[in-house]
Amino acid sequence: MNDAQMIQTDRTGLLTQEEIRQIDAELAHIPYKSGAAIDALKIVQAHRGWVSDESLQAIASYLEMSAEELEGVATFYNLIYRRPVGEKVILFCDSVSCWICGCDKIKAKVSEKLGIDYGQTTADNHYTLLPVPCLGACDRAPVMMIGDDLVTHLDEEKIDQLFSDNQSGGDQ
Amino acid sequence: MPTIYVDGQQLSVKEGENILEACLNAGIDLPYFCWHPAMGSIGSCRQCAVVQYQNEEDTNGRIVMGCMTPVTEGARFSLSADKGTEFREAVIESLMLNHPHDCPVCAEGGECHLQDMTVMVGHRDRRYKGLKNTYRNQYLGPLISHEMNRCITCYRCERYYSDYAGGTDLSAQASHDHVYFGRHEAGVLESEFSGNLVEVCPTGVFTDKPLLKHYSRKWDLQSAPSICTGCAVGCNIAPGERYGKLKRVHNRFNHEVNGYFLCDRGRFGSGYVNSPLRLDYAGLRKLDGSFQAIHQQAAVDTAAEWIKGKKVAAIGSPRASLEANYLLREWVGKENFAAGFSDREGQVVHQIAAILKTTNALCPSIKQMEAADAILILGEDVTHTAPRVALGLRQAVRNKAHQLAEQAGLPKWQDAAVRNLAQDQRSPMIIVSPLDTRLDDIASELVSLGADDIALFGSAVAQAIAGQPSDNSMANRVAELLKEAERPLIVSGSSLLNNAVVESAAAIASALKDSDRQAMLSYCVPEANSLGVALLTEESESIAGLIARASEIDVLVILENDLQRRISPSQIDQLRSAGAKLIGLDVLENELLSICDLVLPAASYAEAEGTLVSSEGRAQRYYPVFTPAAERMPSWKWLLDLPTACGHSEISKLTHFDQIVEACAASCELFRPLTKVAPDQGFRSHGLKIARKTHRYSGRTAINANLSVHEPQQPIDHESPLTFSMEGINRDQPASLTPFYWSPGWNSNQSLQKFQAEVDGPLRGGSAGQRLLEPQTETFKSTASTTNHFKMQPSQWQLVPIYRVHGSEELSAVTEEISELAGEAFIALGAVVAEKLGVGEGDGVIVSHFGDDQSLEVKILTRVAKNCIGYSAGYAQTLDFRVGSFATLAKDPQWQRRTPQLIATDGGNKRPPNDWQESLHV
Amino acid sequence: MEKVLTRNIGDDLKPTDLAAYEANGGYQGLHKAMKDLSPKDCQDIVSASNLRGRGGAGFPTGMKWSFVPVGDKCTPGHKYLVCNADEMEPGTFKDRLLMECDPHQLIEGMILAAYTIGADLSYIFIRGEYVVAIQRLRDALAECYAKGYLGKNIFGSGFDLEMHVHPSAGRYICGEETALINALEGKRANPRAKPPFPQVSGLWGRPTIVNNVETLCNIPHIIDRGAEWFKSLGRGEDSGTKMFGASGKVKNPGCWELPMGTPIREIFEDYAGGMQEGLQLKGFLPGGGSTDFLVPEHLDLAMDYNVIGKAGSRMGTGTMIILDDQTCPVGMVLNLIRFFAHESCGFCTPCREGLPWTRQVLVNIEEGRGTAEDLGTLAYQVNYIGAIGNTHCALAPGAMEPLQSALKYFRDDFDRHIRGSSCPYHSHSHSGGH
Ligand SMILES: Cc1cc2nc3c(=O)[nH]c(=O)nc-3n(C[C@H](O)[C@H](O)[C@H](O)COP(=O)(O)O)c2cc1C
Ligand code: SF4
Ligand code: FES
Repeated sequence: MNDAQMIQTDRTGLLTQEEIRQIDAELAHIPYKSGAAIDALKIVQAHRGWVSDESLQAIASYLEMSAEELEGVATFYNLIYRRPVGEKVILFCDSVSCWICGCDKIKAKVSEKLGIDYGQTTADNHYTLLPVPCLGACDRAPVMMIGDDLVTHLDEEKIDQLFSDNQSGGDQ
Repeated sequence: MPTIYVDGQQLSVKEGENILEACLNAGIDLPYFCWHPAMGSIGSCRQCAVVQYQNEEDTNGRIVMGCMTPVTEGARFSLSADKGTEFREAVIESLMLNHPHDCPVCAEGGECHLQDMTVMVGHRDRRYKGLKNTYRNQYLGPLISHEMNRCITCYRCERYYSDYAGGTDLSAQASHDHVYFGRHEAGVLESEFSGNLVEVCPTGVFTDKPLLKHYSRKWDLQSAPSICTGCAVGCNIAPGERYGKLKRVHNRFNHEVNGYFLCDRGRFGSGYVNSPLRLDYAGLRKLDGSFQAIHQQAAVDTAAEWIKGKKVAAIGSPRASLEANYLLREWVGKENFAAGFSDREGQVVHQIAAILKTTNALCPSIKQMEAADAILILGEDVTHTAPRVALGLRQAVRNKAHQLAEQAGLPKWQDAAVRNLAQDQRSPMIIVSPLDTRLDDIASELVSLGADDIALFGSAVAQAIAGQPSDNSMANRVAELLKEAERPLIVSGSSLLNNAVVESAAAIASALKDSDRQAMLSYCVPEANSLGVALLTEESESIAGLIARASEIDVLVILENDLQRRISPSQIDQLRSAGAKLIGLDVLENELLSICDLVLPAASYAEAEGTLVSSEGRAQRYYPVFTPAAERMPSWKWLLDLPTACGHSEISKLTHFDQIVEACAASCELFRPLTKVAPDQGFRSHGLKIARKTHRYSGRTAINANLSVHEPQQPIDHESPLTFSMEGINRDQPASLTPFYWSPGWNSNQSLQKFQAEVDGPLRGGSAGQRLLEPQTETFKSTASTTNHFKMQPSQWQLVPIYRVHGSEELSAVTEEISELAGEAFIALGAVVAEKLGVGEGDGVIVSHFGDDQSLEVKILTRVAKNCIGYSAGYAQTLDFRVGSFATLAKDPQWQRRTPQLIATDGGNKRPPNDWQESLHV
Repeated sequence: MEKVLTRNIGDDLKPTDLAAYEANGGYQGLHKAMKDLSPKDCQDIVSASNLRGRGGAGFPTGMKWSFVPVGDKCTPGHKYLVCNADEMEPGTFKDRLLMECDPHQLIEGMILAAYTIGADLSYIFIRGEYVVAIQRLRDALAECYAKGYLGKNIFGSGFDLEMHVHPSAGRYICGEETALINALEGKRANPRAKPPFPQVSGLWGRPTIVNNVETLCNIPHIIDRGAEWFKSLGRGEDSGTKMFGASGKVKNPGCWELPMGTPIREIFEDYAGGMQEGLQLKGFLPGGGSTDFLVPEHLDLAMDYNVIGKAGSRMGTGTMIILDDQTCPVGMVLNLIRFFAHESCGFCTPCREGLPWTRQVLVNIEEGRGTAEDLGTLAYQVNYIGAIGNTHCALAPGAMEPLQSALKYFRDDFDRHIRGSSCPYHSHSHSGGH
């Protein structure tokens, strides 16, 4: 056997009781443990904001997968964050209807207010800004999500209001 | 046989194959990447596109993937239609968008499938003006180099590594045009079969790292057909040499044995051939113990002087050729010849030979094992004792999936679909072993038992099959599973040095055979020619027996055998003090040779010819890749010269290798086929000898110009139909004579298909090697009895050897990269024992065994039979550990935990950056 | 017109709970089926209704279901019903409405579909961003379990069904039904090769039906009121009603339930209110980001699968994206190609490599660096990536539809970019970043 094989370090201990409870609930209707990979990533991310290497290893070990197998899954999906994100993720829709309705300008405004571009997090760790494919609210374009909240009919004024109390020093 | 039409040409094709296979089989070049003959189709690269027409009237047609389209009666295709050629060119162009222009510095250059296909398709001019994507590479260990920029995303690496070989630490990551193939973190690839990535990858992403240290292009290598000496499986290899150094080992296809794949010991374990420990000259020991180099002739004369009229005995070698062992035995006589096994090893291996000679079960090739529909493994960690067999067993458990696919009307080559259909349903595999094995992940049942109990369990299974179930319900269950199968396979071997285990395996196979199953019985044996030597000697004097009467012997000749690995230090002392002259013949320096009086330098497998008998009972020939340097000679040559100098009447009649083969073949009924293993020296293809060098070989006359400006004469091969030259041919010869694969337009190893009668099928040149063992009539009954149980002392632990692909085999372990992977010797404990001793992974334990104390690092196992502990077998520190004997354990308070070594990195610890954080702008 | 799918959806967009749903005739179809109809009966009704899949391809639902092996032809084990609620097609926003406002309608449809094909496990695969819909569906499921509409032995019929909501981790390709199945299995969502079709070997290798949200929402009504009634709803050749929508710079963007075969002009003018002040209609994608442009001359066509198909486009999801005369068509196509290139799963070569190349060419043109040669390259890419069968799944051909039709209808705009070395539509000199 291989060294790596013999060192069977069980990392599941890094998961919390609550996370394990939620993962187990998913496993109840999935025939293979690895089948809950995406659910487990989402569950852990819901608790921790993002999926660190340690979290990923812990999940992999709980689902009896290798870190590689889980990494392949984690890096495939847009909404699994493998880097830290701020307290709230802004999912900014940049797809076609929002684009027609001028989302580029709004995006520039958001960036200016918060001082961050796509993929970045504000200095106060409040927000991370990410682009997202069409949010399915094209009749209310332009739109974005702040955390779980959908914000519609965006214009520059609205951005000003939304982030008016932002302390992150965007308005340089 | 359906008929299809390709560009109007009528082809009779094989039922159930796909268009790509049909084209290749018809000799039509259709480019491809993601398809692999052993791994089937997924349709990702889109390179094998052809145009399919509805009927004769249809002139438009539509593009389909050759590899995803089954042949159907009357179907019409075109490869030449513009639509298809344009599309195929577009695909290559796409693949080249991000591919670096680094062929001159790429290790794949000159044998690159991507190069070949680019030329074949005719893509030349670059239109894309954007920047190329770049990636960071990972350190993957000492064997494999990683250069992700060259990746064309064909998914072959991941499919081979995970799906085919069962590895878990290489995956496809990220998505769109950022797909990345690598590990979670930089680190050594865990699979014992990682080296095949080098051949599976159609470009230069995964390349042979040891080769890169002193690189040569494929066309500059001199190669010969050869057989791996890493273990007894007998994989066919094509080693390549330049500048007198063995550069690399590539797979040589053998339909029945290794197919397309080798294990890492086989591919990377030949580094010892270039080792500074190689003996160059004969050495005569002086009074002060140092050695004086003498010439070949002087050595022969000295030996002859010692021997003439004196009593000479010899110890043979399970890792030397049949010819060398045969000559040695003929010379000294049967009664003075020890086969070269340790006592218990000899008993077990001879028993295996005896069983295989008479059993009614089939001793299968790997190909046949792959067809097994139920497998029982008794006491072997096959991945480490017969690695390539284990890879075959991984395919065998997929037969369940193939059955389901057949029921669903899915062709077997629809790889992804078949996997999705079957998910993890597998054919049954039951592993009965004392400790974890590397096949545990695919086993349906795991039974942890010590050696004697395995034998009892095996007997119970045999009896249950024969209709007498015992009260062991697991044994009864296993019996049922085996009986439900059509082609059950029993795998056992010599690991545990336990004859009862070996017998019980034979008994199970016989019982199955008696119940009309196509029963197969395969044994793992220790070394490349263990079975050959056992068959040659039937029964023979043991080494210990010879040593016991060493005082009556005047001269003892020891052939390629480091006795330290087989007898105790006290027996070595006995040998030293007995007064007999010792003549040692070997490849590498070792401790034993230092007590010899005369040391003779033997050529390695890469510089000699010989025949080896694999654990399948297949006799196979290897040929010198290059001529031995200095005054090394093949052992058979030394053993021709020595007896001749001593005036041996029979042996002095022989001069050529072919004559030895003939004599050996004539020596017993079983060996008759030896003369058919490969053609004799006189064979010619199209009137020519077979060239070991490619016709593009460069610098033949200048290669040694730094040493001498005189043009050297090419060495002449008097012993075989091969030449040390590019003059000659590499076409239409028997498979046993093919030194490398090349065909016009096909510079990569994929040219193999031009040598095959059909894709993934036998070679045009027939099958290489001769099977010596075919099923006979004997039915075996197990004789295992409960009486020979050891009396177990409390607090004693039974030693179970853990063999390792890297580290346990004598010669390969000398290879730098292998020794790095082997790591330090260890003791492996179950969690319970470890807790009792108060130790954990990485702590030290003192193992006391026959009054000897060894401090060893602890590893923790997941599955351990009662009272068993494992130790790294074949490592210097554990050579004196005796399999199955007892040891006591104590925590080593002095032990210094080794600080984890920092991993050397080639290019940083790269994981693909999370998508959204990459630059999102073009 | 009679509202069917949206009969419980008021202007306030309040969700309908179980009581309200039942009060308005909900679960009648289910009661009826459990009492009087065999799975075979249901299958026949759905087949007879001519319902076509609302997920984009318009495949007849009854026919799809009929491929699921039943009885002796099916090996023992689970069968699955999956609702495709991934809705990530740019410009599409109909399923969100149906799920947020009337979750029970979908659930009832799914129970009936599962009953018909003999599935015992069902999933709603929903995009993760639809947090409200996810919550409302989960609440509705809880109501159903409590009432015995889900679980073991539903209404004493012997029929068992479990239903779960599975929020996606985000990826457009998950909407492709076989990729969706891989995602449900916890894997990378690369599409699978067909055959085998999921109806035979889908989730976990077992027979599986994947249907769009809207498709399934039709089922309760069809079962309850019959195939003939359903057929009579359509104004043209297709049956039933459909969620149509319009986005872009129209006066009144939105989503409306209208009969199949409603003329585009009616949707555009009467419901969407026509273009905003000062803008002219330049073209539109009739059913989401992967359909071909149509132009004003097509306004009088009926929204029927074949009619739109004959005009050179596809009905797709039925939610139109309207292009006005002040918005750059090159920029719009670039925005779409960006999306598709990023959402390519990376499995097959033409899509993985060809879309980024196309994107690069379009960036050059849009930013004023384009050459005449680039137009040739675009045409070449359309031909290479756009044909069904050239790629492993339909993402890439879909991606090429707007581009190919833009080259046809708006060629002049491309030329102006190249000639003028800049984008003639100043307001949109840059497009979104995906
Ligand atoms: C790239 C791609 C994305 C798709 N996305 C969706 C989607 O978001 N929702 C959907 O219902 N169907 C989507 N489809 C269509 C599905 O593959 C499938 O045809 C549909 O779910 C079947 O449902 P129906 O028969 O009810 O229309 C997509 C197809 C492709 C090729
Ligand atoms: S067309 Fe695109 S999305 Fe579909 S399989 Fe190919 S790479 Fe993946
Ligand atoms: S070889 Fe056929 S698609 Fe790759």
